[in-house]
Amino acid sequence: MMLGNCATSSSLSTTSDEDIVNNNLTALVVDDSPMIRKLHDMHLKKFGLKVQVAENGKNAIDLFRCGASFNLILMDKEMPIMDGAEATRELRTMGVTSMIVGVTSLDSIFDRQAFMEAGLDHCFTKPLTTENINFLLQELNKNNEEN
Amino acid sequence: MRRQLQTMRKSLFDQGYLDEQFVQLEELQDDANPNFVEEVVTLYYRDSGRIILNIEQALERKPFDFNKLDAYMHQFKGSSSSIGAKKVKAESTLFREYCRSRNGEGCMRTFQQLKKEYATLRRKLEAYFQLARQAGPVETACRPK
Repeated sequence: MMLGNCATSSSLSTTSDEDIVNNNLTALVVDDSPMIRKLHDMHLKKFGLKVQVAENGKNAIDLFRCGASFNLILMDKEMPIMDGAEATRELRTMGVTSMIVGVTSLDSIFDRQAFMEAGLDHCFTKPLTTENINFLLQELNKNNEEN
Repeated sequence: MRRQLQTMRKSLFDQGYLDEQFVQLEELQDDANPNFVEEVVTLYYRDSGRIILNIEQALERKPFDFNKLDAYMHQFKGSSSSIGAKKVKAESTLFREYCRSRNGEGCMRTFQQLKKEYATLRRKLEAYFQLARQAGPVETACRPK
């Protein structure tokens, strides 16, 4: 389920079996940069996901508190109001089991480790590449099959 | 005109202004979003302009807060990487090295060069997008050889 303005599919490509599987998947892009939000939104939509965006960790938390749910959350680390680590910890405390993926420009191993320990499933350098997204979708589809 | 556009595009890569990340942006563009790349680049110049201003203001304060300067440039570098701004990214890396070695002169010198590269890229991309609009939509992105 998603709340707010629903993302519209922009892809005009032929639908494959993989697209059908991915079209059931929803994603939330959490980043204070309008450029990154646009980039990741488009990237995920190209893979057939339905996407919503949030400007900071607090907005992401509020979406979940209103009853929204997403298969995948792309979480930036450095954001005003509530950063990615705090938002991730809060979501896990709320019982959110979505795949949460950190997407950050942090280059310190120590900082990345601290971000992972907040409750991430994976952490990548921004911006995400096609290979990163392929990997995440394989993991998501694997999880869906197991459940 | 299409050939002129291709030549212009190729030169942006050959002269080192853009890298592979720009191609990734182009591959996301489609008929439903024909101006996607230009929109992303526009957002980049809007966002990064604020960071440039922050760095300028920080460089006016003595003594330099190298940690703050490094943090700003880290943010700027991340944004620049997202559009494939290769030369701008290189200057950002150099600036951060000067921050880490607490070299104020190096920071100031590199920042001036960075602003030149940033402005040059902007000019070139504006010209490129203007020509692209005149030429009309292109079917697929062509990877530079």
